[in-house]
Amino acid sequence: MSVDSATVRRIAHLSRIAIEDSEVERLRGELNAILAFVETLSEVDVDGIEPLTSALPMQMKKRADVVTDGGIVDDILANAPLREDHYFVVPKVIE
Amino acid sequence: MSDPTHLSLAEARDALKSKRLSAVELTQAHIDAIEKSRALNCFITETPERALAQALESDLRIARGESRPLEGLPLGIKDLYCSKGVRTTAASRILDDFTPTYESTVSANLLRDGAATLGKLNLDEFAMGSSNETSAFGPVVSPWRRAGDPDAKIVPGGSSGGSSAAVAAHLCLGATATDTGGSIRQPAAFTGTVGVKPTYGRCSRWGIVAFASSLDQAGPITRTVRDAAIMLGSMAGHDPKDTTSVDAPVPDYEAAVGASVKGRRIGVPKEYRIDGMSAEIAALWDVGAAWLKDAGAEIVEISLPHTRYALPTYYIIAPAEASSNLARYDGVRYGRREQGRDVTDMYEKTRATGFGSEVRRRIMIGTYVLSAGYYDAYYVRAQKVRSLIKRDFDEAFASGVDAVLTPATPSTAFAQGEKGAADPVEMYLNDVFTVTVNMAGLPGVAVPGGLAANGLPLGLQLIGRPFDEETLFSLAAAIEQAVPKIERPRPWWRES
Repeated sequence: MSVDSATVRRIAHLSRIAIEDSEVERLRGELNAILAFVETLSEVDVDGIEPLTSALPMQMKKRADVVTDGGIVDDILANAPLREDHYFVVPKVIE
Repeated sequence: MSDPTHLSLAEARDALKSKRLSAVELTQAHIDAIEKSRALNCFITETPERALAQALESDLRIARGESRPLEGLPLGIKDLYCSKGVRTTAASRILDDFTPTYESTVSANLLRDGAATLGKLNLDEFAMGSSNETSAFGPVVSPWRRAGDPDAKIVPGGSSGGSSAAVAAHLCLGATATDTGGSIRQPAAFTGTVGVKPTYGRCSRWGIVAFASSLDQAGPITRTVRDAAIMLGSMAGHDPKDTTSVDAPVPDYEAAVGASVKGRRIGVPKEYRIDGMSAEIAALWDVGAAWLKDAGAEIVEISLPHTRYALPTYYIIAPAEASSNLARYDGVRYGRREQGRDVTDMYEKTRATGFGSEVRRRIMIGTYVLSAGYYDAYYVRAQKVRSLIKRDFDEAFASGVDAVLTPATPSTAFAQGEKGAADPVEMYLNDVFTVTVNMAGLPGVAVPGGLAANGLPLGLQLIGRPFDEETLFSLAAAIEQAVPKIERPRPWWRES
């Protein structure tokens, strides 16, 4: 499979990365080189094989559903590029 | 005492314990070395005052007879580990002057055990790279030079290139690193140092900037096998804040160094003898097997039939996980923000200018393979092939093999700008021997095997059973014993 320039633009938008028109062709070439490289996986017989989702078999650990952390609003906001009182500030979302 | 930066971590520990040297003297010697070695660009942020304050406390503790396991030993921290109160960048512009209000579990473990931290080490941006050339803070230069070619700037490997170069240049006794596809072992091999990627789950990932969460593991880079064992002993351990961290006791890794390897069965996988393998790499591999045989191990040929699919599988799974992990860099909660017409425009501009080209490329590949209509064909298929890669190792270990021996990299280090400029895949091939280990969640170690004809180091890799790092330390120590003395680079980079 390979991608065309419309697909490159669509992926960039899905990735929330702005791209210039002048970049599209180069990106298309690079993405297609990687897709060609991974194409070899289509020759592997994976019938009846389960997808591996955990590197090692391990039980998901569970803990009591209690509050273990909190009261650190100032810490959480400390690195925000823009904040007001105890809020992150973003451009207007709702008209 | 003559220059204490020439000591190994174990020797420095013993010198402090016997009070032949103070922690402040040891730390100051490393701070001086760092100041004279800025040409290598190993550090993004130096923290000399912090290190000296830690060393001062260590000297007080030593005087009181209250030494901790790493008391007063100066280390470097890869700038992917969050350090409380110290700027942490992941070598990316997008984190700007992000200053964590918390400490990563692994670095907190090192501090708990008394280490002094000299600063934050350079790396490939978000740990994506094999040469340190993708760092937003400029590439790291290896202390090694090619024979007869003093002008070429040799790469220290990546992504943990600041770690490997700083350890090789004696700027710290050891360094933390991380490994997602080879990022500890490949830079160790390129710089003649020892790098350990532990079993997935052995070290906590909490507080380490995430790249591909099912593959990432923390580990040490040091100049000797013993030093790596000492560091891993402090770094490893259960952490309730990382659900994939394993609740199992940490063995005495240092005790495994020097233990007999008699009767151990070492598998040599025939599929690693790839097309076009250089005669030099093939010869290194043979001699490595001979050294282990001389030490009493038994060498057997094994088959890992899905080896050739590991790297393509990696280039689906790792970008997929990265595209998800890096979604958090949105210009809202931390780091850089560009102004936009609306919130989406703000996201897109922030991410376009904040991420470097390799990171943008991997996010886009990851987004594509996870997108509707392609998820099954790419991502799910890759996860199935990953099962097969892991099964290959399971079967080899079930047949009675204790560890697997391979070359660490397909070549020696190269010079800046020599690889990957035209085709990103050319750079990716660096990880062809290391990436299988991350796919299967296994422990792996890179240990120096000697020098190539071009004067640069070559490394051997040992791969172990899950949570059997001890066997790897024993085998790596046997190789370390057998390797003819390696002439270290003279400090050409030091300003007087």
